[in-house]
Amino acid sequence: MDFQLSEEQKMIQQAARDYANRELIQDVLERDANSIYPAKHVKALADLGFMGMMVNPKYDGGGMDTISYVLAMEELSKVDASVAVIVSVNNSLVCYGLEEFGTEDQKEKYLRPLARGEIIGAFLLSEPEAGSDATSQHTLAEDLGDYYLLNGTKNWITNGNSASVYIVMAQTHPELKHKGINSLIVDRNSPGITLGPHEDKMGMRSSDTHSVMFTDVKVPKENRLGPDGFGFKMAMKTLEGGRLGIAAQALGIASGAYERALKYSKERKAFGTEIFNHQSVAFKLAEMYTRIETGRLLCFHAAWLKDKGLPYGTASAMAKYHCAETAMWVTTEAVQIHGGYGYVREYHVERLMREAKLTQIYEGTSEIQKLIISRDIFSK
Amino acid sequence: MSILIYAYQYGEKFPKPVLELASYASALAEQTGGTVTAIVTGNPRESDLEMLGQYGVSKIWVTPEPAGPSFDNRAYAALLASAAEGCGASFVLLADNAISRAVAPRMAVRLKAGYISGVAGLPLHMDPFTVKRSVFTGKASAYAEILTPVKVLILARNTWQTIENPVTCLIEKFTPAVSLPAPDFEVVKVMEQTGTIRLQDAEVVVSGGRGMKSADNWKLLEDLAGALGAALACSRPVTDEGWRPHQEHVGQTGKVIAPNLYIACGISGAIQHIGGISSSRVIIAINKDPEAPIFQFARFGIIGDLFQVLPALTQAVKKLKSE
Amino acid sequence: MKILVCISVVPDTTTHIRFTDKMDALDTSGIQWIINPWDELALTRALEIREQPGSGVTQISVIHVGMKDTEPVIQKTLAVGADSACRINHAPADSLETASQIAEIVRKELFDLVMTGHDSADYNGSAVGEMLAELLGWASFSSISSLSVAGSVITLEREGDIRSETIIAKAPCVVTIQKGIAKDPRIPSLRGIMTARSKPLTVVEPVKCVPLTRFLRFENPAPRSQCRMVDASNVEELVNLLRNEANVL
Repeated sequence: MDFQLSEEQKMIQQAARDYANRELIQDVLERDANSIYPAKHVKALADLGFMGMMVNPKYDGGGMDTISYVLAMEELSKVDASVAVIVSVNNSLVCYGLEEFGTEDQKEKYLRPLARGEIIGAFLLSEPEAGSDATSQHTLAEDLGDYYLLNGTKNWITNGNSASVYIVMAQTHPELKHKGINSLIVDRNSPGITLGPHEDKMGMRSSDTHSVMFTDVKVPKENRLGPDGFGFKMAMKTLEGGRLGIAAQALGIASGAYERALKYSKERKAFGTEIFNHQSVAFKLAEMYTRIETGRLLCFHAAWLKDKGLPYGTASAMAKYHCAETAMWVTTEAVQIHGGYGYVREYHVERLMREAKLTQIYEGTSEIQKLIISRDIFSK
Repeated sequence: MSILIYAYQYGEKFPKPVLELASYASALAEQTGGTVTAIVTGNPRESDLEMLGQYGVSKIWVTPEPAGPSFDNRAYAALLASAAEGCGASFVLLADNAISRAVAPRMAVRLKAGYISGVAGLPLHMDPFTVKRSVFTGKASAYAEILTPVKVLILARNTWQTIENPVTCLIEKFTPAVSLPAPDFEVVKVMEQTGTIRLQDAEVVVSGGRGMKSADNWKLLEDLAGALGAALACSRPVTDEGWRPHQEHVGQTGKVIAPNLYIACGISGAIQHIGGISSSRVIIAINKDPEAPIFQFARFGIIGDLFQVLPALTQAVKKLKSE
Repeated sequence: MKILVCISVVPDTTTHIRFTDKMDALDTSGIQWIINPWDELALTRALEIREQPGSGVTQISVIHVGMKDTEPVIQKTLAVGADSACRINHAPADSLETASQIAEIVRKELFDLVMTGHDSADYNGSAVGEMLAELLGWASFSSISSLSVAGSVITLEREGDIRSETIIAKAPCVVTIQKGIAKDPRIPSLRGIMTARSKPLTVVEPVKCVPLTRFLRFENPAPRSQCRMVDASNVEELVNLLRNEANVL
């Protein structure tokens, strides 16, 4: 067991930190206030190589390990979780699925530009009536010989407007239930695709979230990922990695709030001394730090398992569950430590608190993570 | 022990740092039982030269500017080294400016002399020769030793007062014993800095930070600086935003200054900024955030809205100056 | 043209400087080491110049005098785009030692342009570039805030005490760099980070050289006295204090 990061990993962490502290911080408040999509940051992060970090270099990816990905996600999320979720979806939901389950032709056509970050992708699983219960897909992909005919609505789609490529889960054989689901690569420009309005969210307001409607959209057969009926399994495998990205995002939100609270507590005075010297604040910071470090170890462990090719679904569920809960608690307490200042936008912690809430909900709610963990415990 | 100082001129007069340097050299001469020689280049006016005698300089060597299109580090280093050898100097002292920092290290190599910049105060010991100097851009001091018989020192700004010490001053011509290297470059454009007060020389500096909110609001600082006869400065975020030119950036990676009075307006006081101003004699902080770290370094503070405080302060200064 | 950028490794500029119990050395625990900010700007500019068509820059190397623990920082210079690096395995005691070690390498490798920061954020020697130039017998230009290269023509802006000048210089020469030369230092791309390891980082043993100065002990600044607060509506009081108590007006 080795708890030391390699020099490359440290450098990647530093690069993400530098970008966040130098660039993201500049306009994060304005983008949050006005729900502005961070187009220039997505481009810059693509140029730095963050959009396809773990993809094999032969498909123009970075060839990094999952630990590096966790480090980068944490650093970006400390400052701007909206940008981080765009990075996360492209890396762990879109690129991962294509690289793992795609054909050579699919990789050449789609993975390569996605890994370079020239285009970005979206992952379309949730539906108006299928969130946590992903088995009951109502979107239909009717097999018409040469192509699938896609009809239905997908909800809460991150990168819904900015993506050029959609990975869409849809039902082909309803009688087979989840074993009839297929996963299709859909060009965003295909006729028959319409977008719902931009969702006006509580947090992560700089990422573009939309519902996406498909009306008689023709998808070529060669755009199916994996064999017929593989879609649900593919989605579940992909989400194992997605959860880890969101765990790292939640970790970053928590540590970003903690670092701000720590700094503030060393500057702010009350009753004649820095508030850091009051035990009520000091113990809170100690608890924050401990919970964050616990989350970091869970993330690293899941990443390590993934890099070793070992099963990591439960480990990533634990990482996501713990980090999301930690993010919610730490950000709430960070606002408390800041007092009135914490409640105004300028001090960032209220925004981190709003962002934290989503980490308990998306890519599997905390309850779903507990379900995954408990099933694993009982199956042993 | 013989002491050589480099007395540079801007225009015709010797600037205050040169008079401080002469005063320091004269104090060092007293400590070591030596005399002070000043080397001056160009065609100085006799009346200006005599001024050096008021500050303890007993001999002045006047020598032509080395030939060339402009200041050449190599030629000046050779010239000053030759003068140092000519007067058998144990110490060569320079004031802290761009010319000194360009020439002193080269000259030290020629003289095989130990070199220390940022010197604050007289030596603590002569044997071994030990002086205090600033390190980590004002965040700490060090006691440093020079192990060679000849020593080249740059005196830190604002660490020594001008002290009158009139002596009889002999003015001589000096011809370097070596031929000076011929400069091999062209100057295609010169931009004189005129009209404004140079930031590094300013006694009073008015400085703005991110709290000024936009470049347009600099008018308020310009008005205050105008009333005080002050130079303008700013913190790093301001130049990063492009509100002010980088020449005005004061801090660890910008300019390091030591004015008598530094007025920090809307500057929170990050440690990198403090590094650039910590030698200022009096720091005033004006900030709306009572917790801003700048107040820990300031002697006087005002918690309030800059856009109200600054015009009022400008008026109060104008009133005082008119009395 | 071959460019050499001299790199010093210094504590991050946000570091609170502390010393060992005996106050005779920097307490390095918990310090994050970075490329000296001015050196990093020099490197940034060198990389920008190489990218311009017609610059004729064929190689950018970095050099550092220091022990093995500085290598992660040197790796960053390779990650942002330097072609090769050289570390002279020695902990220098003063600027002359650093300059002498670098001079040995420059004499052997025939660089055309040597760039270095005009100061270093640790011991503020601000001497290596000029000493190196003197040791090599080269021309030197200090406080350079703008630099471009076209073939063998080097155009630079020098900020002096009372004037700034645009100068056309010839190689070889040494330039010391100050702010303004480049905007922000570069963030290494992930590809750059991964390829840095495959670039040459040569380790050279030092030549014999005797330092002429040394540090005996260090001191942290005395704490400042408490800030005296003046009411925002009473700026006249502040003016009075400045005139009568602080004697600065």
